[in-house]
Amino acid sequence: MMKQKNGALSKLYIALILFFLYAPIIVMIVLSFNKGNTIVWKGFSLKWYGELFQDRNLMGALANTLSIAVLASFFATILGTSAAIGINNFKGKTRSIIQNVSNIPIISPDIVMGVSLMLLFTFLGMIFHFQMGYVTVLISHICFCVPLVVLNVMPRLRHMDRSIYDAARDLGCNEWQAFFKVVLHELMPGIVSGLLISFTYSLDDFIITHFTQGAKFQNLSTEIYAMLRRKIPPTINALSTLLFVAIIVIMVIINLRDRHEEKMKNEK
Amino acid sequence: MKSRKLTIPYIFWMLVFTMIPIVIIGFSAFNDGKGNFTLEPFQKAFFYSGVFLKSLLIALISTAICLVLAYPLAYILTRMKQSSQKTVTMLLMIPMWMNFLLRIYAWVILLQKNGPLDLALSLLGIHGTYIGNTAAVVVGMVYEYLPFMVLPIYTVMSKIDPGLIEAARDLGSNNAAVLGKVIFPLSIPGVISGITMVFVPSASTFLVSQYLGGTDDIMIGDVIDNIFWTDQNTGAAISLLMMVLIFVFLVLMNLFGDEEAIA
Repeated sequence: MMKQKNGALSKLYIALILFFLYAPIIVMIVLSFNKGNTIVWKGFSLKWYGELFQDRNLMGALANTLSIAVLASFFATILGTSAAIGINNFKGKTRSIIQNVSNIPIISPDIVMGVSLMLLFTFLGMIFHFQMGYVTVLISHICFCVPLVVLNVMPRLRHMDRSIYDAARDLGCNEWQAFFKVVLHELMPGIVSGLLISFTYSLDDFIITHFTQGAKFQNLSTEIYAMLRRKIPPTINALSTLLFVAIIVIMVIINLRDRHEEKMKNEK
Repeated sequence: MKSRKLTIPYIFWMLVFTMIPIVIIGFSAFNDGKGNFTLEPFQKAFFYSGVFLKSLLIALISTAICLVLAYPLAYILTRMKQSSQKTVTMLLMIPMWMNFLLRIYAWVILLQKNGPLDLALSLLGIHGTYIGNTAAVVVGMVYEYLPFMVLPIYTVMSKIDPGLIEAARDLGSNNAAVLGKVIFPLSIPGVISGITMVFVPSASTFLVSQYLGGTDDIMIGDVIDNIFWTDQNTGAAISLLMMVLIFVFLVLMNLFGDEEAIA
């Protein structure tokens, strides 16, 4: 009896928290179908979605966001994984120094990192005659992604059994084969989660892009920032709705894949 | 595999894009813009000490609210069955994937004058303004960062050996004692990383207060953003102070965490 009461209270608590998290999103979704451009309901309409797709700036910004996220997480994963493997071979003081420095981008506030990179790029720009834009944003995104990859790969490395690498060598693999077939395979879960976390951080970033974007480049966040500065366009609601749907679809796919893999494992 | 050479590109990268930028910040914070050493940027930065304190206060309140909301949630989560745990954590993470600006803007819509909340409450005869004050900023912060508090606490809590809880029960502990004497002490590392993950970004972020707060709710992040485009030296000085402060905070949190672990 007591337990049941607890269960109901727990469920209510979770429901309330979820309500808090989703209420604003639901309001946006509802308003995205509103014919009027205020929050007063004037009837159902899809016109904001039409306008959204005709917004060239926004579509360009979306393409930039996606390509930066793909490139930044890709390069960060390569750089971070090789760094983690290298760091693992250091011991004592050198190792802790490298690891501490590599934590700096994670612990320092985004705004400080954005500001410091902007100073660096303006300084280098004066020497080498370039202006901030796509490339500087990409570099900045790699900067905050690399430590995330290192952080995700390191624990896998520490728990890896060293003898399987030696075994592969004994069984006739050369160094590279042993690396690609054994070590990389062992590290894969860490590498994949590092890649995914990097990708999502890059997609969501506003502050660092804001400082390193230069005059012409826009990603989705900075474009939304500019839109909200001008006026409050209802197309933003349509954009949020579409993003939300995309996220749900991705999450469901990931979940289904996980379940499928678990099933396969069990059948083995 | 045994090679240390793999670290070389990374060390080079960190040097150019992490160490040098920090050196540049330090350099321009003690600089009058013409290359001469001066403390003037810090004197100007001191002008914003009120804003600094208010930002810390807002961050502190937001972190405390996040902790109070998140701890029971994490506890409830660990006691649910495995499949529901997965579903609820997924539901907690989905809003985090929405764009940062869109999440705040959603609250602007929700709280605005004649907005949904205003309309609903005025039906009950309650009238008021819900936007443009410190409370709205805190709500926005809690909304932004609540999952950052829940997830680390939940991760640490779900790794607690159920045998320990059983042992405590066998030795005569009731629910409250198990929670206070077994689960809470063991969950402290999660609490600490949760506090860090909420406090640092909420103390330093900008825009949340611009969208949800009033004119006197401006935060130190907004000041840096505003000032940097005109006076880089003062901006650098404020950034440096903020970095030092965050660093001290992290060291304190670590000390606290270690002590608890020893005790």
